[in-house]
Amino acid sequence: MWNAFKPNPRNLRLWQVGLLVAIFGLWHVLTTPGLVPPMVFENDQQAAFFFGEPVKVFDRIAHWFFIDRDIYSHLSVTLIETLLAFGIGAVGGLAGGLWLALSPMASALLEPYIKAMNSMPRIILAPIFAVWFGLGIASKVALGVTLVFFIVFFNVYQGVKEVSPVILANARMLGAGPRQLLRHVYLPSATSWVFSSLHTSVGLAFVGAVVGEYLGSASGVGYLIQQAEGVFDINTVMAGILVLTGFALALDAAVGRIEKRLMKWQPKGGETEKL
Amino acid sequence: MSPAALTLQDVSCTFVSRDNPGQRYTAVAGVSLTVGAGEFVSVVGPTGCGKSTLLNVGAGLLQPSTGTVSVFGQPLVGINARAGYMFQAESLMPWRTALGNVMAGLEFRGTPPADARAQAEDWLRRVGLGAFGDRYPHQMSGGMRKRASLAQTLVLDPDIILMDEPFSALDIQTRQLMENELLDLWQSKKKAVLFITHDLDEAIAMSDRVVVLSAGPASHPIGEFTVNLARPRDVAEVRATPRFIELHQAIWAVMRDEVLKGYQQQLQVKVA
Repeated sequence: MWNAFKPNPRNLRLWQVGLLVAIFGLWHVLTTPGLVPPMVFENDQQAAFFFGEPVKVFDRIAHWFFIDRDIYSHLSVTLIETLLAFGIGAVGGLAGGLWLALSPMASALLEPYIKAMNSMPRIILAPIFAVWFGLGIASKVALGVTLVFFIVFFNVYQGVKEVSPVILANARMLGAGPRQLLRHVYLPSATSWVFSSLHTSVGLAFVGAVVGEYLGSASGVGYLIQQAEGVFDINTVMAGILVLTGFALALDAAVGRIEKRLMKWQPKGGETEKL
Repeated sequence: MSPAALTLQDVSCTFVSRDNPGQRYTAVAGVSLTVGAGEFVSVVGPTGCGKSTLLNVGAGLLQPSTGTVSVFGQPLVGINARAGYMFQAESLMPWRTALGNVMAGLEFRGTPPADARAQAEDWLRRVGLGAFGDRYPHQMSGGMRKRASLAQTLVLDPDIILMDEPFSALDIQTRQLMENELLDLWQSKKKAVLFITHDLDEAIAMSDRVVVLSAGPASHPIGEFTVNLARPRDVAEVRATPRFIELHQAIWAVMRDEVLKGYQQQLQVKVA
């Protein structure tokens, strides 16, 4: 009986959904006033106050998307900021990483500064960017770019450094010039590094946008969260977090799809089929 | 007389450790070596005697510390564009299919894509990979990858072919097949070949001339033997002929001490 039911590759998806439902169920049971006697708190309203109630959270999300339809303007602002930060940061990181990896003098010269900029807690730049670029989209994009850039930059740098010297020598013997080496050897060889960094930086692009909005703006999901927090509306805060998580997952999946198409030359474990 | 395909004149290579500039290692010293046009020359020697270093110098990938390299009478500057190089290690681009890899050199040299494709397909067929053009390197066996490498090098029709223990990673049967194929291809095109190996049997069976290098450091040629076995040869059959055995004994007599010396040095390095 249990053997048919226990997690296996076929019912994995079912188990994943089940786990999600279980978490929300537990959340519901523990926070709904009067359902279980208060264990930690003094009265049965406090758990709901501190942790929100899933039913109300979903109600909030439903209102945003389907009843009041008032989240779209905020969501689009946040998504535009995120995509811009992600795009600019990734392209900048790619270009910077390639350049420094291929010119030893520049990398020797700039190395301490890049290390310093990377170890600096860059979130703290948000107020400065707000002063420089105003409270609109630009300051949030700038914050996101600083977060995304370094992740991509270091991965590309590493990826180019780890190009197999034999493949490089072979391409040179086959007659590849500097441009062709870049296009046909360095870039493809760095792609697996680039994609692993892109997965990390999708989340960080959202962090940049939302933190920027949180610290000062008049629109965006971060702004909604900040407003709700001001009146202790935990349900709306939770709803905002869930919506952002959903979109971050969607963006990550999009990166994954592109990766799958570009990386089809990579060996995958276990290509045999059990008959 | 027309100039030799590849001439190394008094070449020495000294490597300096990047971390510790005081530490030097002279791989080869005072090597003079000539490969005539259409000649098949093998270089044998104990492990770590700088055979690959010589090949890299001939390819233009490595600048010699002293000495000169000339290609068909012209001093070599930069990469040797008239040479094709078949590496010991895996050298196919893993992100290109077999066909893409064979096409790469033609593409880099600006051959029109359709033309490059036709030539590459032709060479894939010649090395027996006609049906495997769309495979990526990780989907091919070691022998198939070597064949693809061979096609990748030969499709450019180089006048000089440099080979660095190209078949050392293959099992003996595949190896003899590939050796015979290479001899057939060489026979029909008569290119200059500089072939590096540590396998004396392979060297004698394939070459016109065998050069023996001493153990490193500062290794240099210590013997040269002309292999006057009739061509075309079959690498498996030729091993049983009396002349082959004679040559083998003569060369091995020169090589044996060097092999032991090289082995002793490696042991000492480990202890130190």
